[in-house]
Amino acid sequence: MSQTITIDPVTRLEGHGKITIHLNEQGEVADAHFHVTQVRGFERFSEGRPFYEMPALMARICGICPVSHLIASAKACESIMAVQIPHTAAQLRRMLNLAQMVQSHALSFFYLSSPDLLLGMDTDAKTRNLFGVVAAKPELGRAGVALRRFGQHIIELLGDKRIHPGWVIAGGVTEPLLAAKRDEILSMIPEAFANIKLALKAYKEIADRFQNEIEVFANFPSLYLGLINEDESVEFTDGALRLIDAEGKIVEDGITAEHFPEVIGEAVEPYSYTKFAYYKPLGYPAGSYRVGPLARLNIARSMGTPLANAELAEFKKLSQGPVQGSFYYHYARLIDMLYGIEKIEQILADPTILDTHVRAQAGVNRLEGTGQAEAPRGTLHHHYRVDDDGKITWANLVIATGQNNNAMNRGVLTAAKAYIKDGKFAEGALNRIEAVVRTFDPCLSCSTHAFGQMPLAVTLLAADGSVSDRLVRGA
Amino acid sequence: MSKLKLATVWLDGCSGCHMSFLDMDERLLELAALVDVVYSPIVDAKEFPDQVDIALVEGAVASVDDEKKIRKIRAHTKTLVAMGDCAITGNVPSMRNPIGPQAVLERAYIENVSAQPQIPCVVVPKLLKIVRPIHEFVTVDVFLPGCPPSADTFYAALTALVTGGPLDIPALTRFGA
Repeated sequence: MSQTITIDPVTRLEGHGKITIHLNEQGEVADAHFHVTQVRGFERFSEGRPFYEMPALMARICGICPVSHLIASAKACESIMAVQIPHTAAQLRRMLNLAQMVQSHALSFFYLSSPDLLLGMDTDAKTRNLFGVVAAKPELGRAGVALRRFGQHIIELLGDKRIHPGWVIAGGVTEPLLAAKRDEILSMIPEAFANIKLALKAYKEIADRFQNEIEVFANFPSLYLGLINEDESVEFTDGALRLIDAEGKIVEDGITAEHFPEVIGEAVEPYSYTKFAYYKPLGYPAGSYRVGPLARLNIARSMGTPLANAELAEFKKLSQGPVQGSFYYHYARLIDMLYGIEKIEQILADPTILDTHVRAQAGVNRLEGTGQAEAPRGTLHHHYRVDDDGKITWANLVIATGQNNNAMNRGVLTAAKAYIKDGKFAEGALNRIEAVVRTFDPCLSCSTHAFGQMPLAVTLLAADGSVSDRLVRGA
Repeated sequence: MSKLKLATVWLDGCSGCHMSFLDMDERLLELAALVDVVYSPIVDAKEFPDQVDIALVEGAVASVDDEKKIRKIRAHTKTLVAMGDCAITGNVPSMRNPIGPQAVLERAYIENVSAQPQIPCVVVPKLLKIVRPIHEFVTVDVFLPGCPPSADTFYAALTALVTGGPLDIPALTRFGA
């Protein structure tokens, strides 16, 4: 009898996901899917709203990375207004985006994945969480809480609110930075450096224990997409996109937000509310690619900051060409954070950072606009059309999780084949299959702006589709 | 005295309320001395436990799965807290109500795609016609508004619920806060 194993919900994930694993009559894994199970419809219900409402509305797609949506949306609006925002406003938004990257990566690494990494994949599910990490490794657990607080507090100082700040608007930001707030951020930086250095040291100490996971977790050649500056350093807010192949050769360069829809398409699979992005010239699924920390580091030649540059050089030694193993997303995430802290310090040294010209004003000067930015988990693209009155007539979003969807599904199948033999598996095996998804730090909230939520469950289905068994963990 | 059992659940929302809950930072670790987080996106429990003392529920009820979940949560929870504006009013998720799920799905999966247009239907839950707040399905004991409620609000409210102290919600938060 063939069977289906269902992991429902996938936990320590930002959203609702479910994994189903299909076994054939011999008990071998035949297929596996990662399902996202929530849909909301932002692309449709934003129609008719004034375009300048879009940043605040689109931020509500996601409470984890609202800043990325604020920025990509504001940029799409500025393209409709045909304005270039003041330099200081651009710098302040860059800092806000980096603060969000640091807090979101701290959530992914410490709150969601460190229980696997620091306590072990087979640890008792009851203590395999942040509280378990704080009990077993208090210094590291508290460093994670402090790094998340660092990013969130900067967002609060700049935007008055940690989640869904109303400070980013079409045209720039509402208020300039005050000297007292700049000084407060600067005073927080030494503690953040100490904490990220502790995390990098801890990662390097434990990485060797995960040779098997490094080998198994979504480790295959693929294309990579991410933002980059003209000097080939990593970028989160401006710059243009570069797409490289599995050997590291440039496939497409200088992809602006306007050009993006010409090269990137989306496909639908019946089993997920999250779409599957692909590079159009190669078609679907051959044109599938990865985004996020691993992709950014594979694409960039430099981080543009000294400490992160030294770490990047070490990271690049892992492979001749691009680093293919998705387990290394964790490592890349920590290097991103180190860069973010350094870059925030650099931005605060900009002599114009307290300038009071932080907003450009204009009405509708174009009927179509696009904006792109790097969310913590990868590239984000917003695309709007408006009428002469500035009311939205059409909207489309391509979010990071959809761009990693093919790789996550492929990774889940490979891991299922590696860890489930003769239809038998231990709880730790299922946790490893979930951990593959965690490396990508998918945001199910974002990915379901149009689609759904992802619950993770494991159910055994008979060949006729009836449920033959259901494995419930941690109940 | 055994610790109280706390659950946090995310229905149709953006996770912002959960993020604000985490924004208690070190105070969350303090609270963990008083309560056990027995079910939440941040812990590894797959099934809602039989007896939960306090459940914080984020988001509106938008799919058949959400409806099943909220009924199950109610049946196994002493104090059910509607956390944030989506849980209390439907808020942003309910903006699709005048349009209906079919038009939303067609736009996302048929019109705005370049390969394999189709409406997903395998394993993923069906959407309800109307997105509704949770009190339209089950009795809610505490309403904690905000988009999201702030970390200070969470800390004050949870401290009051755990210790049995006074809880003055209008003094803490408001809709859209």
